[in-house]
Amino acid sequence: MKVFEVIQPGFLTTVQDRGRYGYQQYGVPVSGAMDCYALTVANLLAGNDEGEACLEISLLGPRLLVMNDTMIAITGADLSPTLHGRPLCMWQGVEARCGDIISFGQPARGCRSYLAVAGGIDVPQVMGSRSTYVRSGIGGLEGRPLHSGDCIYAGDTRARALSARLSQEYIPEYSAENTLRVILGPQHDRFTEKGIKTFLSCEYTVTVQADRMGCRLEGPLIEHKAGADIVSDGIPPGAVQVPADGLPIIMLADRQTTGGYTKIATVITVDLPRLAQAQPGDRIRFVAIDGSEGRRLLSEYWNTIARIQQLIPSDGG
Amino acid sequence: MIYDRPKFLPGGDSALFVEFGDGIDPELNRRVRELHLAIQEAGLPGVVESVPSYRSLLVYYDPRLVCAEDLMAELDPLARQEGESVFPPPMVIEIPTIYGGHYGQDLDFVARHNGLSPEEVICLHSEREYLIYMLGFIPGFAYLGGVSPRIRTPRLATPRARIPAGSVGIAESQTGIYPAESPGGWRIIGRTPLELFDPAKEPPALLQAGNYVRFAPVSDREFIKIREQIEQTTYRLKQHPFTGEARDESV
Repeated sequence: MKVFEVIQPGFLTTVQDRGRYGYQQYGVPVSGAMDCYALTVANLLAGNDEGEACLEISLLGPRLLVMNDTMIAITGADLSPTLHGRPLCMWQGVEARCGDIISFGQPARGCRSYLAVAGGIDVPQVMGSRSTYVRSGIGGLEGRPLHSGDCIYAGDTRARALSARLSQEYIPEYSAENTLRVILGPQHDRFTEKGIKTFLSCEYTVTVQADRMGCRLEGPLIEHKAGADIVSDGIPPGAVQVPADGLPIIMLADRQTTGGYTKIATVITVDLPRLAQAQPGDRIRFVAIDGSEGRRLLSEYWNTIARIQQLIPSDGG
Repeated sequence: MIYDRPKFLPGGDSALFVEFGDGIDPELNRRVRELHLAIQEAGLPGVVESVPSYRSLLVYYDPRLVCAEDLMAELDPLARQEGESVFPPPMVIEIPTIYGGHYGQDLDFVARHNGLSPEEVICLHSEREYLIYMLGFIPGFAYLGGVSPRIRTPRLATPRARIPAGSVGIAESQTGIYPAESPGGWRIIGRTPLELFDPAKEPPALLQAGNYVRFAPVSDREFIKIREQIEQTTYRLKQHPFTGEARDESV
Protein backbone atom coordinates (compact mmCIF):
# COMPACT_ATOMS: atom_id res chain seq x y z
CA MET A 1 0.00 0.00 0.00
CA LYS A 2 1.31 3.42 -0.94
CA VAL A 3 1.54 5.45 2.25
CA PHE A 4 3.60 8.56 1.51
CA GLU A 5 4.73 10.71 -1.32
CA VAL A 6 7.89 12.66 -0.55
CA ILE A 7 7.38 16.39 -1.08
CA GLN A 8 10.71 17.35 0.48
CA PRO A 9 13.25 14.75 1.55
CA GLY A 10 14.85 16.59 4.48
CA PHE A 11 18.56 16.64 5.28
CA LEU A 12 19.13 12.87 5.40
CA THR A 13 16.18 10.52 5.54
CA THR A 14 16.87 6.82 5.00
CA VAL A 15 15.07 3.51 5.42
CA GLN A 16 16.59 1.54 8.32
CA ASP A 17 15.73 -1.61 10.24
CA ARG A 18 17.92 -3.35 12.82
CA GLY A 19 20.73 -3.93 10.36
CA ARG A 20 22.26 -6.42 7.99
CA TYR A 21 23.89 -9.37 9.71
CA GLY A 22 25.83 -12.26 8.21
CA TYR A 23 27.64 -10.31 5.51
CA GLN A 24 30.44 -8.59 7.41
CA GLN A 25 32.70 -11.46 6.34
CA TYR A 26 32.31 -10.05 2.80
CA GLY A 27 33.07 -6.50 3.92
CA VAL A 28 29.43 -5.38 4.10
CA PRO A 29 28.76 -3.01 7.03
CA VAL A 30 25.83 -3.79 9.35
CA SER A 31 24.09 -0.38 8.99
CA GLY A 32 20.61 -0.22 10.55
CA ALA A 33 19.08 2.30 12.95
CA MET A 34 21.53 4.43 14.92
CA ASP A 35 19.08 4.52 17.83
CA CYS A 36 17.71 0.99 18.06
CA TYR A 37 15.60 1.78 21.12
CA ALA A 38 13.69 4.53 19.30
CA LEU A 39 13.27 2.28 16.25
CA THR A 40 11.95 -0.59 18.36
CA VAL A 41 9.49 1.57 20.29
CA ALA A 42 8.25 3.35 17.14
CA ASN A 43 7.47 -0.04 15.62
CA LEU A 44 5.67 -1.32 18.70
CA LEU A 45 3.55 1.84 18.93
CA ALA A 46 2.57 1.57 15.26
CA GLY A 47 1.52 -2.03 15.84
CA ASN A 48 4.52 -3.63 14.14
CA ASP A 49 7.02 -6.29 15.06
CA GLU A 50 9.93 -4.57 16.75
CA GLY A 51 12.40 -4.94 13.85
CA GLU A 52 10.39 -3.53 10.92
CA ALA A 53 11.92 -0.88 8.67
CA CYS A 54 11.28 2.77 9.60
CA LEU A 55 12.36 6.11 8.25
CA GLU A 56 15.42 7.41 10.08
CA ILE A 57 15.18 11.19 9.96
CA SER A 58 18.24 13.34 10.70
CA LEU A 59 18.00 16.90 12.04
CA LEU A 60 15.91 18.53 9.33
CA GLY A 61 12.95 16.31 8.63
CA PRO A 62 11.08 15.64 5.39
CA ARG A 63 7.67 16.77 4.21
CA LEU A 64 5.46 13.81 3.40
CA LEU A 65 2.02 13.62 1.81
CA VAL A 66 -0.07 10.80 3.26
CA MET A 67 -1.54 8.73 0.41
CA ASN A 68 -3.68 6.28 2.41
CA ASP A 69 -5.16 6.24 5.92
CA THR A 70 -2.66 4.59 8.24
CA MET A 71 -1.22 4.51 11.75
CA ILE A 72 2.17 6.08 12.31
CA ALA A 73 4.41 6.66 15.33
CA ILE A 74 7.36 9.01 15.71
CA THR A 75 10.02 8.49 18.39
CA GLY A 76 13.61 9.53 19.03
CA ALA A 77 14.76 13.11 18.62
CA ASP A 78 12.20 15.90 18.87
CA LEU A 79 12.45 17.47 15.43
CA SER A 80 9.14 19.33 15.94
CA PRO A 81 6.92 17.06 13.86
CA THR A 82 3.50 18.29 12.71
CA LEU A 83 0.52 16.54 11.20
CA HIS A 84 -1.45 18.78 8.89
CA GLY A 85 -0.10 21.89 10.60
CA ARG A 86 -0.76 20.77 14.17
CA PRO A 87 1.97 19.50 16.50
CA LEU A 88 2.15 15.73 16.25
CA CYS A 89 2.35 13.81 19.52
CA MET A 90 5.52 11.77 19.63
CA TRP A 91 5.89 8.41 21.38
CA GLN A 92 2.36 7.25 20.56
CA GLY A 93 0.45 5.79 17.66
CA VAL A 94 -1.19 8.50 15.57
CA GLU A 95 -3.76 8.16 12.82
CA ALA A 96 -2.70 9.81 9.57
CA ARG A 97 -5.38 10.35 6.94
CA CYS A 98 -5.10 10.41 3.19
CA GLY A 99 -4.22 13.97 2.18
CA ASP A 100 -2.56 14.86 5.51
CA ILE A 101 0.90 16.34 5.47
CA ILE A 102 3.60 15.18 7.88
CA SER A 103 6.19 17.85 8.33
CA PHE A 104 9.06 18.75 10.63
CA GLY A 105 10.31 22.04 12.07
CA GLN A 106 13.33 23.07 14.09
CA PRO A 107 15.30 20.33 15.83
CA ALA A 108 14.48 20.78 19.53
CA ARG A 109 16.58 18.05 21.13
CA GLY A 110 18.43 15.03 19.75
CA CYS A 111 19.52 14.22 16.21
CA ARG A 112 17.51 11.35 14.83
CA SER A 113 13.79 10.69 14.69
CA TYR A 114 12.17 7.41 13.72
CA LEU A 115 8.92 7.31 11.81
CA ALA A 116 7.21 3.93 11.86
CA VAL A 117 4.19 3.18 9.74
CA ALA A 118 1.78 0.30 10.30
CA GLY A 119 3.03 -2.69 8.32
CA GLY A 120 6.59 -1.36 8.15
CA ILE A 121 8.27 0.46 5.26
CA ASP A 122 8.18 -1.92 2.32
CA VAL A 123 11.37 -1.92 0.27
CA PRO A 124 13.05 -5.07 -1.08
CA GLN A 125 15.25 -6.94 1.37
CA VAL A 126 18.87 -6.90 0.26
CA MET A 127 21.08 -9.49 1.97
CA GLY A 128 18.36 -10.05 4.55
CA SER A 129 17.77 -6.42 5.52
CA ARG A 130 15.97 -3.29 4.38
CA SER A 131 18.59 -0.97 5.87
CA THR A 132 20.21 1.61 3.61
CA TYR A 133 23.99 1.71 3.30
CA VAL A 134 24.35 4.89 1.28
CA ARG A 135 28.11 4.70 0.72
CA SER A 136 27.77 1.56 -1.41
CA GLY A 137 24.20 2.12 -2.55
CA ILE A 138 22.91 -1.01 -0.81
CA GLY A 139 19.36 -1.60 0.48
CA GLY A 140 16.63 0.86 1.41
CA LEU A 141 15.11 2.86 -1.39
CA GLU A 142 17.50 2.22 -4.29
CA GLY A 143 20.41 2.40 -1.87
CA ARG A 144 20.04 6.12 -1.28
CA PRO A 145 18.38 8.71 0.97
CA LEU A 146 14.85 9.81 0.05
CA HIS A 147 14.38 12.23 -2.86
CA SER A 148 11.47 14.52 -3.66
CA GLY A 149 8.83 12.62 -5.60
CA ASP A 150 9.66 9.22 -4.09
CA CYS A 151 6.73 7.00 -3.15
CA ILE A 152 6.91 5.07 0.08
CA TYR A 153 5.03 1.81 0.48
CA ALA A 154 4.11 -0.11 3.62
CA GLY A 155 3.60 -3.83 4.19
CA ASP A 156 0.36 -5.44 5.31
CA THR A 157 -1.06 -4.10 8.54
CA ARG A 158 -1.75 -6.66 11.20
CA ALA A 159 -1.76 -5.78 14.86
CA ARG A 160 -3.24 -2.70 16.51
CA ALA A 161 -1.36 0.39 17.47
CA LEU A 162 -1.16 2.15 20.83
CA SER A 163 -2.89 5.47 20.49
CA ALA A 164 -2.25 6.63 24.05
CA ARG A 165 1.03 8.37 24.81
CA LEU A 166 3.69 6.12 26.24
CA SER A 167 4.33 6.65 29.93
CA GLN A 168 7.15 9.13 30.63
CA GLU A 169 9.38 6.46 32.16
CA TYR A 170 9.90 4.94 28.70
CA ILE A 171 10.76 8.23 27.01
CA PRO A 172 14.45 9.06 27.15
CA GLU A 173 15.65 12.56 27.84
CA TYR A 174 18.46 13.53 25.54
CA SER A 175 20.99 15.52 27.51
CA ALA A 176 23.94 17.58 26.33
CA GLU A 177 26.01 15.70 28.90
CA ASN A 178 26.31 11.96 28.68
CA THR A 179 28.19 9.33 30.56
CA LEU A 180 28.71 6.30 28.39
CA ARG A 181 29.49 2.98 30.00
CA VAL A 182 32.22 0.95 28.33
CA ILE A 183 33.78 -2.48 28.61
CA LEU A 184 37.56 -2.13 28.27
CA GLY A 185 39.28 -4.01 25.43
CA PRO A 186 40.10 -5.53 23.06
CA GLN A 187 43.34 -3.48 22.89
CA HIS A 188 43.38 -1.49 26.14
CA ASP A 189 46.76 -3.11 26.87
CA ARG A 190 48.18 -1.03 24.01
CA PHE A 191 47.67 2.13 26.08
CA THR A 192 49.69 3.48 28.98
CA GLU A 193 48.17 3.61 32.45
CA LYS A 194 48.05 7.36 32.01
CA GLY A 195 46.26 6.92 28.67
CA ILE A 196 43.52 4.78 30.21
CA LYS A 197 43.19 7.21 33.13
CA THR A 198 42.79 10.11 30.68
CA PHE A 199 40.13 8.20 28.77
CA LEU A 200 38.14 7.34 31.91
CA SER A 201 38.45 10.63 33.77
CA CYS A 202 38.32 13.42 31.20
CA GLU A 203 35.49 15.06 29.36
CA TYR A 204 35.22 14.78 25.57
CA THR A 205 33.23 16.84 23.12
CA VAL A 206 31.29 15.59 20.10
CA THR A 207 32.74 17.20 16.95
CA VAL A 208 31.00 18.02 13.68
CA GLN A 209 32.65 14.90 12.29
CA ALA A 210 29.89 12.68 13.59
CA ASP A 211 27.87 10.64 11.15
CA ARG A 212 26.38 7.19 10.75
CA MET A 213 29.85 5.71 10.41
CA GLY A 214 31.36 7.10 13.58
CA CYS A 215 31.49 9.87 16.12
CA ARG A 216 34.77 11.73 16.41
CA LEU A 217 35.47 13.30 19.80
CA GLU A 218 37.72 16.11 20.89
CA GLY A 219 39.48 16.36 24.23
CA PRO A 220 42.62 15.31 26.08
CA LEU A 221 44.89 13.01 24.10
CA ILE A 222 44.93 9.33 25.01
CA GLU A 223 48.46 8.01 25.23
CA HIS A 224 49.51 4.81 23.48
CA LYS A 225 52.35 2.62 24.68
CA ALA A 226 53.91 2.22 21.24
CA GLY A 227 51.92 3.27 18.24
CA ALA A 228 48.26 3.18 17.27
CA ASP A 229 48.42 0.68 14.45
CA ILE A 230 47.43 -2.94 14.80
CA VAL A 231 47.02 -5.74 12.31
CA SER A 232 43.49 -5.03 11.01
CA ASP A 233 40.70 -6.84 12.85
CA GLY A 234 36.92 -6.66 13.23
CA ILE A 235 35.12 -3.63 14.68
CA PRO A 236 32.10 -4.21 16.95
CA PRO A 237 29.45 -1.46 17.31
CA GLY A 238 30.46 1.12 19.88
CA ALA A 239 34.17 0.33 19.55
CA VAL A 240 36.26 3.30 20.67
CA GLN A 241 39.12 3.55 18.20
CA VAL A 242 42.09 5.69 19.10
CA PRO A 243 44.29 6.47 16.08
CA ALA A 244 47.77 7.98 16.35
CA ASP A 245 46.44 11.49 17.05
CA GLY A 246 45.17 10.22 20.43
CA LEU A 247 41.56 11.33 19.88
CA PRO A 248 38.79 8.74 20.21
CA ILE A 249 36.32 7.82 17.46
CA ILE A 250 33.28 5.76 18.44
CA MET A 251 32.36 3.40 15.62
CA LEU A 252 28.64 3.25 14.80
CA ALA A 253 26.08 1.64 12.46
CA ASP A 254 27.80 2.26 9.10
CA ARG A 255 31.31 1.50 10.42
CA GLN A 256 33.56 -0.46 8.13
CA THR A 257 33.76 -4.14 9.05
CA THR A 258 37.49 -4.15 9.84
CA GLY A 259 40.13 -1.60 10.73
CA GLY A 260 43.71 -1.16 11.82
CA TYR A 261 43.51 1.23 14.78
CA THR A 262 43.76 0.28 18.44
CA LYS A 263 40.41 -0.04 20.19
CA ILE A 264 40.59 0.94 23.85
CA ALA A 265 37.02 -0.04 24.81
CA THR A 266 33.49 -0.70 23.56
CA VAL A 267 30.43 1.36 24.51
CA ILE A 268 27.70 -0.97 25.80
CA THR A 269 24.65 -1.63 23.61
CA VAL A 270 22.15 0.19 25.81
CA ASP A 271 24.14 3.43 25.77
CA LEU A 272 24.50 3.64 21.97
CA PRO A 273 21.03 5.22 21.47
CA ARG A 274 22.04 8.21 23.62
CA LEU A 275 25.19 8.65 21.57
CA ALA A 276 23.12 8.45 18.37
CA GLN A 277 21.18 11.47 19.64
CA ALA A 278 24.26 13.52 20.64
CA GLN A 279 24.95 16.73 18.76
CA PRO A 280 28.21 18.51 18.00
CA GLY A 281 29.28 20.30 21.17
CA ASP A 282 27.64 17.78 23.52
CA ARG A 283 29.92 16.41 26.22
CA ILE A 284 30.79 12.79 26.84
CA ARG A 285 32.44 10.97 29.71
CA PHE A 286 33.35 7.31 29.84
CA VAL A 287 33.05 4.95 32.76
CA ALA A 288 34.28 1.35 32.74
CA ILE A 289 32.02 -1.50 33.84
CA ASP A 290 32.61 -5.24 33.80
CA GLY A 291 30.90 -7.85 31.65
CA SER A 292 28.39 -8.97 34.28
CA GLU A 293 27.23 -5.40 34.90
CA GLY A 294 26.88 -5.03 31.12
CA ARG A 295 24.73 -8.12 31.04
CA ARG A 296 22.54 -6.85 33.89
CA LEU A 297 21.95 -3.57 32.05
CA LEU A 298 21.02 -5.45 28.88
CA SER A 299 18.47 -7.55 30.79
CA GLU A 300 16.97 -4.36 32.17
CA TYR A 301 16.71 -3.01 28.62
CA TRP A 302 14.93 -6.14 27.38
CA ASN A 303 12.54 -5.99 30.32
CA THR A 304 11.69 -2.41 29.39
CA ILE A 305 10.95 -3.44 25.81
CA ALA A 306 8.86 -6.36 27.07
CA ARG A 307 6.83 -4.04 29.32
CA ILE A 308 6.15 -1.70 26.40
CA GLN A 309 5.13 -4.68 24.30
CA GLN A 310 2.53 -5.60 26.92
CA LEU A 311 0.93 -2.17 26.64
CA ILE A 312 0.05 -2.73 22.99
CA PRO A 313 -3.47 -4.07 22.51
CA SER A 314 -3.42 -7.51 20.92
CA ASP A 315 -5.26 -8.40 17.72
CA GLY A 316 -8.27 -9.82 19.46
CA GLY A 317 -8.94 -7.13 21.84
CA MET B 1 53.65 -15.13 15.87
CA ILE B 2 51.02 -17.68 16.88
CA TYR B 3 50.01 -17.81 20.57
CA ASP B 4 50.19 -21.09 22.48
CA ARG B 5 46.54 -20.69 23.34
CA PRO B 6 44.00 -18.50 21.53
CA LYS B 7 43.10 -15.35 23.48
CA PHE B 8 39.52 -14.28 24.13
CA LEU B 9 39.11 -10.51 24.16
CA PRO B 10 35.90 -8.57 24.86
CA GLY B 11 34.25 -6.58 22.08
CA GLY B 12 31.56 -5.02 24.27
CA ASP B 13 28.50 -6.92 25.51
CA SER B 14 27.58 -8.72 22.28
CA ALA B 15 30.83 -9.61 20.55
CA LEU B 16 33.99 -11.51 21.36
CA PHE B 17 37.38 -11.59 19.68
CA VAL B 18 39.23 -14.88 19.36
CA GLU B 19 42.82 -13.85 18.67
CA PHE B 20 45.28 -16.49 17.50
CA GLY B 21 48.44 -14.43 17.30
CA ASP B 22 49.94 -11.23 16.03
CA GLY B 23 51.12 -10.48 12.52
CA ILE B 24 50.27 -11.33 8.94
CA ASP B 25 51.03 -14.95 8.25
CA PRO B 26 49.26 -17.62 6.15
CA GLU B 27 49.34 -20.24 8.92
CA LEU B 28 47.98 -17.84 11.56
CA ASN B 29 45.26 -16.69 9.16
CA ARG B 30 44.37 -20.30 8.42
CA ARG B 31 43.58 -20.87 12.11
CA VAL B 32 41.18 -17.91 12.00
CA ARG B 33 39.36 -19.23 8.96
CA GLU B 34 39.23 -22.73 10.42
CA LEU B 35 37.38 -21.45 13.48
CA HIS B 36 35.09 -19.35 11.26
CA LEU B 37 34.17 -22.50 9.35
CA ALA B 38 33.96 -24.69 12.46
CA ILE B 39 31.45 -22.27 14.03
CA GLN B 40 29.28 -22.40 10.92
CA GLU B 41 29.42 -26.19 10.88
CA ALA B 42 28.71 -26.54 14.59
CA GLY B 43 25.75 -24.13 14.37
CA LEU B 44 26.46 -22.75 17.84
CA PRO B 45 23.29 -21.39 19.47
CA GLY B 46 23.35 -17.63 19.92
CA VAL B 47 26.07 -16.91 17.38
CA VAL B 48 24.87 -14.20 15.00
CA GLU B 49 27.85 -14.11 12.65
CA SER B 50 31.62 -14.19 12.69
CA VAL B 51 34.05 -11.91 10.90
CA PRO B 52 37.47 -13.30 10.01
CA SER B 53 40.46 -10.97 9.72
CA TYR B 54 44.22 -11.49 9.51
CA ARG B 55 44.78 -12.88 12.99
CA SER B 56 41.47 -12.90 14.85
CA LEU B 57 37.85 -13.84 14.51
CA LEU B 58 35.20 -11.43 15.79
CA VAL B 59 32.21 -13.49 16.93
CA TYR B 60 28.92 -11.58 17.24
CA TYR B 61 26.46 -13.24 19.61
CA ASP B 62 22.97 -12.65 20.95
CA PRO B 63 23.38 -12.31 24.74
CA ARG B 64 19.74 -13.31 25.18
CA LEU B 65 20.63 -16.78 23.91
CA VAL B 66 24.16 -17.28 25.21
CA CYS B 67 26.42 -15.54 27.72
CA ALA B 68 30.06 -14.73 27.04
CA GLU B 69 31.39 -17.36 29.48
CA ASP B 70 29.36 -20.19 27.95
CA LEU B 71 30.28 -19.07 24.45
CA MET B 72 33.99 -19.07 25.34
CA ALA B 73 33.64 -22.58 26.74
CA GLU B 74 32.08 -23.69 23.43
CA LEU B 75 34.63 -21.87 21.30
CA ASP B 76 37.77 -22.89 23.16
CA PRO B 77 37.90 -26.52 21.98
CA LEU B 78 36.99 -25.46 18.43
CA ALA B 79 39.72 -22.82 18.46
CA ARG B 80 42.35 -25.26 19.73
CA GLN B 81 41.78 -28.10 17.27
CA GLU B 82 44.26 -27.64 14.49
CA GLY B 83 43.71 -28.67 10.91
CA GLU B 84 40.86 -30.99 11.80
CA SER B 85 38.08 -29.12 10.06
CA VAL B 86 37.20 -30.11 6.54
CA PHE B 87 38.39 -27.09 4.65
CA PRO B 88 37.15 -26.87 1.08
CA PRO B 89 40.26 -27.09 -1.12
CA PRO B 90 41.38 -23.55 -1.91
CA MET B 91 40.76 -22.30 -5.43
CA VAL B 92 42.80 -19.92 -7.54
CA ILE B 93 40.54 -17.29 -9.10
CA GLU B 94 41.86 -15.84 -12.34
CA ILE B 95 41.45 -12.08 -12.64
CA PRO B 96 41.75 -10.98 -16.28
CA THR B 97 43.53 -7.64 -16.09
CA ILE B 98 44.50 -5.05 -18.64
CA TYR B 99 47.68 -3.34 -17.49
CA GLY B 100 48.85 0.21 -18.11
CA GLY B 101 47.49 2.87 -20.45
CA HIS B 102 44.48 4.73 -19.19
CA TYR B 103 43.39 1.62 -17.25
CA GLY B 104 46.56 1.66 -15.17
CA GLN B 105 47.88 5.18 -15.07
CA ASP B 106 50.52 4.47 -12.41
CA LEU B 107 52.15 1.48 -14.10
CA ASP B 108 55.01 3.60 -15.44
CA PHE B 109 55.55 5.18 -12.03
CA VAL B 110 55.68 1.79 -10.30
CA ALA B 111 58.21 0.66 -12.92
CA ARG B 112 60.41 3.75 -12.55
CA HIS B 113 60.18 3.65 -8.76
CA ASN B 114 61.55 0.11 -8.76
CA GLY B 115 64.02 0.47 -11.65
CA LEU B 116 62.06 -1.91 -13.85
CA SER B 117 60.36 -1.80 -17.23
CA PRO B 118 56.52 -1.76 -17.26
CA GLU B 119 56.64 -5.25 -18.79
CA GLU B 120 58.71 -6.52 -15.86
CA VAL B 121 56.18 -5.05 -13.39
CA ILE B 122 53.33 -6.82 -15.23
CA CYS B 123 55.30 -10.06 -15.19
CA LEU B 124 56.15 -9.83 -11.47
CA HIS B 125 52.57 -8.88 -10.58
CA SER B 126 50.87 -11.60 -12.63
CA GLU B 127 53.27 -14.51 -12.14
CA ARG B 128 52.18 -15.45 -8.64
CA GLU B 129 49.17 -16.52 -6.65
CA TYR B 130 48.04 -14.22 -3.85
CA LEU B 131 46.34 -15.55 -0.72
CA ILE B 132 43.06 -13.77 0.14
CA TYR B 133 43.55 -13.11 3.86
CA MET B 134 40.27 -11.33 4.53
CA LEU B 135 37.61 -9.01 3.13
CA GLY B 136 36.94 -5.52 4.47
CA PHE B 137 37.36 -1.79 3.84
CA ILE B 138 34.45 -1.73 1.36
CA PRO B 139 32.07 -4.53 0.33
CA GLY B 140 33.92 -7.17 -1.67
CA PHE B 141 37.42 -5.74 -1.13
CA ALA B 142 39.96 -8.52 -0.64
CA TYR B 143 43.20 -8.09 1.32
CA LEU B 144 45.82 -10.00 -0.66
CA GLY B 145 49.23 -10.98 0.60
CA GLY B 146 52.48 -11.83 -1.05
CA VAL B 147 53.38 -8.98 -3.39
CA SER B 148 56.92 -9.26 -4.76
CA PRO B 149 59.22 -6.91 -2.84
CA ARG B 150 60.54 -5.81 -6.24
CA ILE B 151 57.33 -3.94 -7.13
CA ARG B 152 56.48 -2.39 -3.76
CA THR B 153 55.44 1.25 -4.14
CA PRO B 154 54.23 3.79 -1.59
CA ARG B 155 50.69 5.19 -1.70
CA LEU B 156 49.90 8.50 -3.35
CA ALA B 157 50.53 11.44 -1.03
CA THR B 158 47.07 12.76 -1.89
CA PRO B 159 44.40 10.15 -2.60
CA ARG B 160 42.45 10.49 -5.84
CA ALA B 161 38.78 11.39 -5.52
CA ARG B 162 37.61 8.67 -7.91
CA ILE B 163 39.12 5.29 -8.68
CA PRO B 164 36.99 3.33 -11.16
CA ALA B 165 35.51 -0.04 -10.15
CA GLY B 166 37.77 -2.94 -11.12
CA SER B 167 40.97 -0.95 -10.73
CA VAL B 168 43.97 -3.03 -9.69
CA GLY B 169 46.41 -1.23 -7.42
CA ILE B 170 49.54 -1.51 -5.32
CA ALA B 171 50.13 0.08 -1.91
CA GLU B 172 53.41 -0.80 -0.24
CA SER B 173 53.46 -4.59 -0.05
CA GLN B 174 49.75 -5.00 -0.75
CA THR B 175 47.86 -5.43 -3.98
CA GLY B 176 44.11 -5.21 -4.37
CA ILE B 177 41.11 -4.62 -6.60
CA TYR B 178 38.57 -1.84 -6.06
CA PRO B 179 35.12 -3.54 -6.17
CA ALA B 180 33.31 -0.21 -6.62
CA GLU B 181 34.20 3.31 -7.62
CA SER B 182 35.71 4.95 -4.58
CA PRO B 183 38.32 7.47 -3.49
CA GLY B 184 41.72 5.90 -3.06
CA GLY B 185 45.44 6.38 -2.70
CA TRP B 186 46.73 3.15 -4.23
CA ARG B 187 48.94 3.16 -7.32
CA ILE B 188 46.69 1.94 -10.11
CA ILE B 189 48.42 -0.42 -12.54
CA GLY B 190 45.48 -1.99 -14.38
CA ARG B 191 41.82 -2.86 -14.43
CA THR B 192 39.69 -5.99 -14.51
CA PRO B 193 36.27 -6.23 -16.17
CA LEU B 194 35.09 -8.68 -13.48
CA GLU B 195 32.42 -7.64 -10.99
CA LEU B 196 33.84 -8.16 -7.52
CA PHE B 197 30.63 -7.51 -5.61
CA ASP B 198 26.98 -8.11 -6.46
CA PRO B 199 24.41 -7.80 -3.64
CA ALA B 200 22.00 -10.00 -5.60
CA LYS B 201 24.39 -12.97 -5.57
CA GLU B 202 24.91 -15.43 -2.73
CA PRO B 203 27.60 -14.98 -1.60
CA PRO B 204 27.77 -11.39 -2.83
CA ALA B 205 31.56 -11.27 -3.03
CA LEU B 206 33.46 -12.94 -5.88
CA LEU B 207 36.56 -13.40 -3.72
CA GLN B 208 36.46 -15.44 -0.52
CA ALA B 209 39.03 -15.49 2.26
CA GLY B 210 41.22 -18.57 1.95
CA ASN B 211 41.15 -18.70 -1.83
CA TYR B 212 43.87 -17.30 -4.07
CA VAL B 213 43.97 -14.69 -6.79
CA ARG B 214 46.05 -14.72 -9.92
CA PHE B 215 46.10 -11.78 -12.30
CA ALA B 216 46.06 -12.74 -15.98
CA PRO B 217 47.19 -10.01 -18.43
CA VAL B 218 44.69 -9.45 -21.25
CA SER B 219 44.66 -7.24 -24.32
CA ASP B 220 42.32 -4.34 -24.96
CA ARG B 221 40.21 -6.58 -27.24
CA GLU B 222 39.99 -9.39 -24.70
CA PHE B 223 39.05 -6.90 -21.98
CA ILE B 224 36.14 -5.59 -24.06
CA LYS B 225 35.07 -9.11 -25.03
CA ILE B 226 35.02 -10.27 -21.40
CA ARG B 227 33.08 -7.19 -20.40
CA GLU B 228 30.46 -7.97 -23.04
CA GLN B 229 30.27 -11.58 -21.88
CA ILE B 230 29.75 -10.41 -18.31
CA GLU B 231 26.94 -8.10 -19.42
CA GLN B 232 25.30 -10.98 -21.27
CA THR B 233 26.00 -13.27 -18.27
CA THR B 234 27.82 -15.73 -20.56
CA TYR B 235 31.25 -15.21 -18.97
CA ARG B 236 32.64 -18.22 -17.15
CA LEU B 237 34.99 -17.41 -14.31
CA LYS B 238 38.34 -19.16 -14.72
CA GLN B 239 39.44 -20.96 -11.59
CA HIS B 240 41.45 -24.02 -10.65
CA PRO B 241 42.48 -25.77 -7.44
CA PHE B 242 45.46 -24.30 -5.64
CA THR B 243 48.42 -26.66 -5.68
CA GLY B 244 51.27 -24.48 -4.46
CA GLU B 245 52.26 -23.58 -0.96
CA ALA B 246 51.05 -20.52 0.88
CA ARG B 247 53.87 -18.04 1.09
CA ASP B 248 54.16 -14.46 2.03
CA GLU B 249 57.52 -12.84 1.67
CA SER B 250 55.96 -9.41 1.89
CA VAL B 251 55.79 -9.45 5.68
